[in-house]
Amino acid sequence: MTTQELLADDPIWLILIKVVGIFAFLVVMTLFMINWERKVVARMQHRPGPNRVGPNGWLQSLADGLKLAFKEDIRPVLADKWVFFLAPVISCIPAFLAFSVIPLGGEVTMFGEKTALQLVDLPVGVLVVLACSSLGVYGIVLSGWASGSPYPLLGALRSAAQVISYEIAMGLSIVAVVMYSHSLSTAEIVKAQESGWFGWLLFPSFLIYVISMVGETNRAPFDLPEAESELVGGFHTEYSSLKFALFFLAEYVNMVTVSALATTLFLGGWRAPWPLSAIGDGMLNTGWWPLLWFVGKTLFFLFIFIWLRGTLPRLRYDQFMRLGWKVLVPASLIWIVLVATVRAWKTEGGFTTQQLLIVFGVVVGILLLVSVLLPDKKPVDQNAVPLAGWGYPVPPLDLKVPKAGPKKSVKAAKLPKEKAAVTSGKEAGDGNA
Amino acid sequence: MSAVLSTLLALQPDPATAERVPDVVTTGEAIAFWVLGPLALAGALGMLFAKNAVHSALWLVLTMLSLGVLYMVQQAPFLGFVQIIVYTGAIMMLFLFVLMMVGRDSSDSVVEVLRGQRLAAAVLGVGFAGLVVGSLARALTEVQPVGLVEQNTVNGGNVANIGASLFTDWLFPFELTSALLITAAIGAMILAFSDRHGKAGKKTQKQLVEERFKTTRVGSLPGPGVFATANSVATPALLPDGSVAPESLSELIEATAKETLDDDVAEVAGTGHEADAHALKGGES
Repeated sequence: MTTQELLADDPIWLILIKVVGIFAFLVVMTLFMINWERKVVARMQHRPGPNRVGPNGWLQSLADGLKLAFKEDIRPVLADKWVFFLAPVISCIPAFLAFSVIPLGGEVTMFGEKTALQLVDLPVGVLVVLACSSLGVYGIVLSGWASGSPYPLLGALRSAAQVISYEIAMGLSIVAVVMYSHSLSTAEIVKAQESGWFGWLLFPSFLIYVISMVGETNRAPFDLPEAESELVGGFHTEYSSLKFALFFLAEYVNMVTVSALATTLFLGGWRAPWPLSAIGDGMLNTGWWPLLWFVGKTLFFLFIFIWLRGTLPRLRYDQFMRLGWKVLVPASLIWIVLVATVRAWKTEGGFTTQQLLIVFGVVVGILLLVSVLLPDKKPVDQNAVPLAGWGYPVPPLDLKVPKAGPKKSVKAAKLPKEKAAVTSGKEAGDGNA
Repeated sequence: MSAVLSTLLALQPDPATAERVPDVVTTGEAIAFWVLGPLALAGALGMLFAKNAVHSALWLVLTMLSLGVLYMVQQAPFLGFVQIIVYTGAIMMLFLFVLMMVGRDSSDSVVEVLRGQRLAAAVLGVGFAGLVVGSLARALTEVQPVGLVEQNTVNGGNVANIGASLFTDWLFPFELTSALLITAAIGAMILAFSDRHGKAGKKTQKQLVEERFKTTRVGSLPGPGVFATANSVATPALLPDGSVAPESLSELIEATAKETLDDDVAEVAGTGHEADAHALKGGES
């Protein structure tokens, strides 16, 4: 019985329970994530982090959320009234919606009703997540535009370019997984990983997905749309109160969703990790156990998010775009061609040792040819400015003070005779004295 | 608009029980149509009549989303989601991007850039309308609908069947479309490239910094002097021996006659006219 058939006869009350459950899960994860992030980053920086509200400070984010709700809701005069209101809503809804296709577990019995721990299983499940993330960008872009001030607009423009670019890399990284699982349905993909995780089998895809998921969610080191050092707050500079809270919520829910999708696509979804999966003939893959493994794996990805934030400085915008377009996209294209070739070969009946040797020989030959054709080291231009490691000039290091240029003659006004002052301010005169 | 999307999840016909006669409209389908149809129409009208270009784009997004959900309700989930990803997610986003780059207050240009553009547009528009009406009329009268049940259940289902027919029966139109897209992309790249790398192109950061390193002064010019008593731009910077650094003087300020600045000097010095704290408005008094 496939998951689709299992979910097809869900009564409406069970669907409602699942919807509320997913909503609660995401909100609690957000509250937990904010605290966890602050605590982990604090530990990485040798400081205690939040430790006042609640046991060990774990209710800090709840208190902050409540405070946020009571703050004044400001709308700038130049803001576009409706779009300004609509933007946080648009960014929030797709974030929650995307989670509906994630399989949290296998077959369970809830209140006497046989079902799967998943809200829906569409034949195009993975596309739902991509569609939702492409809708979520509207929230950011529209908020930036509707705020009617330059910083949010710049943040919005960056975000639009960033998310579109990284969505391409993300979509391409998923292609190899789909090739191996023969399905876009998330439940089927988990099922296809029964014998081995795609994370090992398709490691380059996994790597590209993880990098692009950080870019897709606007998180450090790719948090250019809200770069504090350049754009104040980026797209949400003008937002306050609950609207700001919605953006915050959407960001963290998106993080949870992409982490959950990474778990589903590459780490075997709700399946127990290897040594545990062997216990009791797969006993840990049945009932409610999968929920534990799923949450554990998702938390692993969320920890990577925090780790990256605590470790890496923010990229410059052009470096970031170069990484996306010139590294991730071509790399995943080449990888897809490779995977397709191997699969085609396999369906043709595999290849013999002779064929393998021929291919190996040709590849080595081409590599040799390329290495011969590569030019030697470029002759050093004696007159060139000395360069630092990154290709930019360094000042002379011989400790000689460079001579000043020819003195510039300053055009002076015709002044009255009694005082040949250089300046016009009174304090300036004092300063010179 | 995403609320509409969530209704689909409940309305999605499940493949297990999807055995129906194509001509019968189920209640769920009818409800979905009467919700989505007016929404799509409202979006189209809103797009036409909205004054702001960004609002127009948003109305169009509503139409596209409604269409996408309609496809899903009509048992074409792949088409529906691709509609949302490609049209709503990518194409409209690029539209918005351009609108924002151009600026929110810029109005439409009424100048005809290409000669005969309007005439050609009118002819082509009427021709296109004729095509649409013709094909629609044929679809409504002559074509017998068969439904998608068979396509969605045999041979690996919806997605696999679309893939198979796209890459076997319809390979040539598919490749033709991609050739069109690649032509457009290359055109855009050439425009951007010649802008940047042409003769009057912008110098790169590296070129600029190398040029600067070839001159005698590598650093920047000294700023104006900042002392405990003054931080005006008119204050010259002082060299170590106490003399004025000539490079720090502003040509503009030095070329101004002292008399024209008398008022400002007086104000800064505190000897000038004091504003009346109780005056209702400033100005001459």
